Amino acid sequence: PRPGSLPALCCRNSLLEAELVQKGLRLPAPRKTGTTIAGVVFKDGVVLGADTRATEGMVVADKNCSKIHFISPNIYCCGAGTAADTEMTTQLISSNLELHSLSTGRLPRVVTANRMLKQMLFRYQGYIGAALVLGGVDVTGPHLYSIYPHGSTDKLPYVTMGSGSLAAMAVFEDKYKSDMEEEEAKQLVRDAIAAGIYNDLGSGSNVDICVISKSKLDFLRPYDVANRKGDRFGRYKCEKGTTAVLTESVSLLEFEVVDETVQTMDTS
Amino acid sequence: NSRGAASLLKDSIPITEFSASGPFEGHDLLRRGFSSVKSELLPSHPLELSEKNFQLNQDKTNFATLRNIQGIHAPLKLQMEFRAVKQVQRLPFLHSSNIALDTLRGDAECIGFEDILNDPSQSEVMGEPHMMMEYKLGLL
Repeated sequence: PRPGSLPALCCRNSLLEAELVQKGLRLPAPRKTGTTIAGVVFKDGVVLGADTRATEGMVVADKNCSKIHFISPNIYCCGAGTAADTEMTTQLISSNLELHSLSTGRLPRVVTANRMLKQMLFRYQGYIGAALVLGGVDVTGPHLYSIYPHGSTDKLPYVTMGSGSLAAMAVFEDKYKSDMEEEEAKQLVRDAIAAGIYNDLGSGSNVDICVISKSKLDFLRPYDVANRKGDRFGRYKCEKGTTAVLTESVSLLEFEVVDETVQTMDTS
Repeated sequence: NSRGAASLLKDSIPITEFSASGPFEGHDLLRRGFSSVKSELLPSHPLELSEKNFQLNQDKTNFATLRNIQGIHAPLKLQMEFRAVKQVQRLPFLHSSNIALDTLRGDAECIGFEDILNDPSQSEVMGEPHMMMEYKLGLL
């Protein structure tokens, strides 16, 4: 079997699916991130933001997942779409970029990561469901790209992706100005992601923010806990004696020790 | 053209699998599912054919570009080197690292799905050594 072979198990999968449909069952749904991710270019760099909910069909699979992936020390990437696809794609590109940067001897550029991602996604014709927001700062300045699953890319000052992208884009369109300060940009991204969290079912929980500029990198997780689970105000357990005890009888169970073994725990 | 597709689907070694007898056992049931005429002729995944020929197509495009820029000598010399380096292989049942070929292609500095998934050096099955040597030497 050749390395990395795609169709080896496709036959079996399609056969299984046909069998299950006959019996009225369904194949398990892949875990999607049904997300709101956004990015904005400000005066000294880029701010990337993401929510933290991962869904599996109609159920929340992960209440606090990390959608901002590391590509290189100066480049980060937010991922929407199928969770495994975004995770593996970003890891693969991160490795390739590291090898490339060791070979060239220079800090990697955002445009290189963009080119590698779009070439890979186009090769697989959209079967890899990864919609990405790639942002970073390199020698040429701050850059922000959005990359679609079929391989098209856009280079823009502000981008949003995912199921909550329309809500987040509405906030950006209203409040974006060019050359913002860092605090202003962080607040804007927080507002955009919050709009996605409150108005989209597929996004929820907290807001994660990543600020990348020439001198520093801030990874704030969570930046804002938008959806807090309700806090209980008191103890709801019943005290002993709340229910009246009518009778009480105690009977001893006789145990016979047959065998005794001691197993030491490895606490090193 | 179904006959064309069938020949594109099969991999190079034409030996039928040396498996036990029985109605289903002559075929890797777990991995390939039930054998049918349709599964033999048509690709099971829309990307199957495109991925199978990906390396070849990329080489073709690259060599064509090189020929247009530098003249016919460039792709000719490179293809000669590729051919020379492809001949350095281990015995047929062992996995060769192809390190010279990878370096020439530039794959030494790239990592892709072929390095992670279905790595032939980690394969659970191995061909029968004596049979494969005999096939290679034409004694079979």
